[in-house]
Amino acid sequence: MSEKNIISPENLVYEKTSVMTDRVLHYCPGCGHGTAHRMLAEVIDEMGIQGETIGVAPVGCSVLAYYYFDIDMQEAAHGRAPAVATGIKRVFPDKYVFTYQGDGDLAAIGTAETIHACNRGENILIVFINNGIYGMTGGQMAPTTLPGMKSSTSPRGRDVKTMGNPLKITELIAQLPGTYFVTRQSVHAPANARKAKRALKKAMEYQKLDKGTCFVEIVANCPSGWKMTPAQSNKWMEEHMFPFYPLGDIKVPSE
Amino acid sequence: MKGNEALAEAAIRAGADAYFGYPITPQSEVIEYLMRENPADRTGMQVLQAESEVAAINMVYGAAGCGKRVLTSSSSPGISLKMEGISYIAGAELPCVVVNVVRAGPGLGTIQPSQSDYFQAVKGGGHGDYKMIVLAPATVQESVDYVKLGFDLAFKYRNPVMILSDGIIGQMMEKVELFEQMERSTEEFEWATVGKKPGKNSVVVTSLQLQSEEQEKVNLRLQAKYREIEKNEVRFETYGCDDAEYLFAAFGSCARITRKAMEMAREKGIRVGLIRPQTLYPFPVDEVNRLASKVKGILTVEMNAGQMVEDVRLAVNGQTRVEFYGRFGGMIPSPDEILKALEQKIIGG
Repeated sequence: MSEKNIISPENLVYEKTSVMTDRVLHYCPGCGHGTAHRMLAEVIDEMGIQGETIGVAPVGCSVLAYYYFDIDMQEAAHGRAPAVATGIKRVFPDKYVFTYQGDGDLAAIGTAETIHACNRGENILIVFINNGIYGMTGGQMAPTTLPGMKSSTSPRGRDVKTMGNPLKITELIAQLPGTYFVTRQSVHAPANARKAKRALKKAMEYQKLDKGTCFVEIVANCPSGWKMTPAQSNKWMEEHMFPFYPLGDIKVPSE
Repeated sequence: MKGNEALAEAAIRAGADAYFGYPITPQSEVIEYLMRENPADRTGMQVLQAESEVAAINMVYGAAGCGKRVLTSSSSPGISLKMEGISYIAGAELPCVVVNVVRAGPGLGTIQPSQSDYFQAVKGGGHGDYKMIVLAPATVQESVDYVKLGFDLAFKYRNPVMILSDGIIGQMMEKVELFEQMERSTEEFEWATVGKKPGKNSVVVTSLQLQSEEQEKVNLRLQAKYREIEKNEVRFETYGCDDAEYLFAAFGSCARITRKAMEMAREKGIRVGLIRPQTLYPFPVDEVNRLASKVKGILTVEMNAGQMVEDVRLAVNGQTRVEFYGRFGGMIPSPDEILKALEQKIIGG
């Protein structure tokens, strides 16, 4: 018997959006991807645009995002999602187009595609999941790995002198005239997830108005990559990631 | 018209929905012509100058994934950058046309014409077991006609098609007959991301299969498709082969020069023919094999260090001797040189 059948309609207060499939998420326990997926799926559901939205999945942990979003999607080469999204949007200017990318995909190998799509003001939404590590390949250093933070390719901690500094690409993106709305959110607690959802909804609504690129960063945890329990990773994120990547709007429409 | 401009006009007339490109000599006239012509006004075709060839080919991926007629063009170093995207396009089985106006390499090389990207075009170039259909125009007219043919084949097989041109054809002015403007298609394909239809499964454009068993199935399906292409799509021309004692094999602009050498040889009483593959993949294996059984030797002439000659040898399969003559680095062989090479390497050799 499914859960739906044992809950009587009058007691049903919360259910999974139909924009997410029934497939079991492959993400590690405690990972932020599931919540981020859900917030975006709920926005698509609430706006009634399931049939008009085309998503672009990255290479990284969310490479299989198309298993979970019940919408038409394309899987891009590593880092190329904003270019793929550009191609889609240019032939389908009336569809809602988004990319969903991790930090390695967006801020390392795909930096050029990201910056230029934003600089052209492509009328798309870019969702940027920043957990400061390469999750899928097993916890290597990412462009957003914090100074001193350990990873499998910075086993003694990130030495900025030899390994470079973490890239605050969202602040950089906000400088570009093509971007309309740039914000940094998280989904680790209910209040934060709700705020992130509001930001995603705003971004999709701006897309309808042809306002240019909207960029929503979600600072997320990676319990497996960080070698912590989910609870520890959330605490570590609050104590270390948020001071470096402060939450809040970075660029808001002037009107 | 100039080769590159004629090709650009052909793209508009073939009902292309979009072009994404990045300037590089000797093919920049393609995007310049399109920007000047502004086909958005004529047909609604979108044209965008990308930040790189890498971005351009991935824009092609995105638009092709929507079932649209899309093309890009570049020259050798730029095509190398596109190879990642071409592999993904082949893997995701998307249709598109990629034009390579070849210049000499390796590296930055020179902007002068060459045929040194034969291997890259025909043998892979990107990673994984895949094939592009490769069309080799010898005239401006053919580079125009191949845009239309290219789109037809790309959609027939859901496969990338490369037009392997070179700096001679791209830069040359020739008379050309342009086909009539075709309407842009409004067809929605069931494999394309056009927005999920109620009651239907959502569409995913991807080249990823995590399970080896599933990936092997994809590979087998691709290979079956390539066998179909090899069966149906071989195109070539032969000249003076009926009574030929010797044979030239050459493609593209080099075949035109070789044809001149053939005429000069015949004036001297040397009965030599020429086979000019128009499709480099699929290669005219059967025809080369058949001709090989009738001639005393074959000279393959290319503007590279000897690439197509390997396919000629495979097709000949030891039936007769195969020699090679080539100029490279942007140098173009003269008919005299080619005739001399025939006399020295094949007749007198």
